[in-house]
Amino acid sequence: MNLARAATIILAKELRTEFRTRELLTTTVVFVLVVVVLFSFAFDPTAAESRRFGPGLLWIAFLFAGSLMLHPSFTREQANETLAALRLAPIEPLAILLGKILANFVFLLLSELLLLPVFVVLYDLSLTPFFVRLLPLLLVLALGTLGLTTVGTVFSAVASQARLRELLLPLLLLPALAPVLIASTEVTVGLLADPPQLQRNWLQILLAFDLVFLTATWLFGEYLLEE
Amino acid sequence: MARGVKTPWLSTLLVAALIGGAGYAALFLAPAERTMGLIQRIFYFHVPSAWAGFVAFGITFVACIAYLVKRAPKWDWLAVSAAEMGVVFFTVVLVTGPIWAKPVWGIWWTWDARLTSTFVLWVLYLSYLVLRTLVGDAERRAVVSAVFGVFAFLDVPLVYLSIWFWRTQHPQPVIGGGGMDRHMWPPFLLCWAALLGVMVLLLRQRYRLEALRHEVQEISLTADFAASQGGFSPVPRGGSRVPSLKGAAR
Repeated sequence: MNLARAATIILAKELRTEFRTRELLTTTVVFVLVVVVLFSFAFDPTAAESRRFGPGLLWIAFLFAGSLMLHPSFTREQANETLAALRLAPIEPLAILLGKILANFVFLLLSELLLLPVFVVLYDLSLTPFFVRLLPLLLVLALGTLGLTTVGTVFSAVASQARLRELLLPLLLLPALAPVLIASTEVTVGLLADPPQLQRNWLQILLAFDLVFLTATWLFGEYLLEE
Repeated sequence: MARGVKTPWLSTLLVAALIGGAGYAALFLAPAERTMGLIQRIFYFHVPSAWAGFVAFGITFVACIAYLVKRAPKWDWLAVSAAEMGVVFFTVVLVTGPIWAKPVWGIWWTWDARLTSTFVLWVLYLSYLVLRTLVGDAERRAVVSAVFGVFAFLDVPLVYLSIWFWRTQHPQPVIGGGGMDRHMWPPFLLCWAALLGVMVLLLRQRYRLEALRHEVQEISLTADFAASQGGFSPVPRGGSRVPSLKGAAR
């Protein structure tokens, strides 16, 4: 079976499991809302300030949400010992990782898209004109989330084999995601500024981050799945 | 069988002489900096420590890849030893930096590009060491920490690049700038060699310690197995699970 087909099957399996309960999506969306409320308690921002801090807060909330939601990716398999069954399947181990990365990417991106209108209302943002603001913003969300979930899924496999794994994953993941946080925030700030501007060099950094770690996963990821 | 942690007298004396000479040169022979004065001399230890730390992290990266490919435990021992050395030397960097910055800039810390990225680098490798303490099985620990070590090292250039872009859009204090007086170079290079020597010496001892730990664990496992089979056990009942280091070292 080729890699793409195997990964698609894993992806379909992950999506089926999630959409039976939708527990990851619900939890993530509510978690981000809680962070947003706590932020306004802690900093009591004026309208102008909240517009200034908005993009950074948004990405910090996504990063935290990601570091929590990626954790069940492997522990859910461990609880039912299904990872061993997956390993027995006649597919490359890389396909399991790829399928999970794609599934997590879909989950996190979906939560972000659900939250975007809420942010628009809360922070009085304007996403029009479509081609200048919203479309590039969707690109940033996709690139940033891909980087986050690639590294996050691999580190989730790392943390799942350790004690204190709930605590360990954010510890491993958040410092490594510093480039994603900076680049995504800067592009988002640029897009929401008046007049909007697209900062290409930051997009290039995001793209480089995604490519470097997808390649690294391709080269080294399968070691994590051996028994 | 490992020979135990012997003191490598010759190299210790050599490195001690080197660091003594480097200290003397940096504190007494190097010319005083015109505007910063005495405090500038901390630079002779600050910068070479950073370089020694980078060399150590480079060794960790190579050792991690070598472990994943070859699966010999010695590469794992080298990876953890070098990572610890890197964290130690970058701790020196992060401590000496603010001591210098307070009198010169008037502040201990600023979120300047170089400071921030060094800090992130330090935290990354701290989390590598934390990860290692949390995985029980030696082989699992070696594999997962090697993968993390590779990812962490690949992240370093991206962290530097992004923080560099981020900070250069804002005003920042100037670090260094301008050339060094030519009389500053010999003490600087001497300090560089000395700190690299200290790093290699410590790395070698740390590596031997890791090898011994491994051996102790093997012996302890064999003893447990023998006891469970009802055979002879070198470990007295109710006594320590781990035989003495002396026995292991022979």
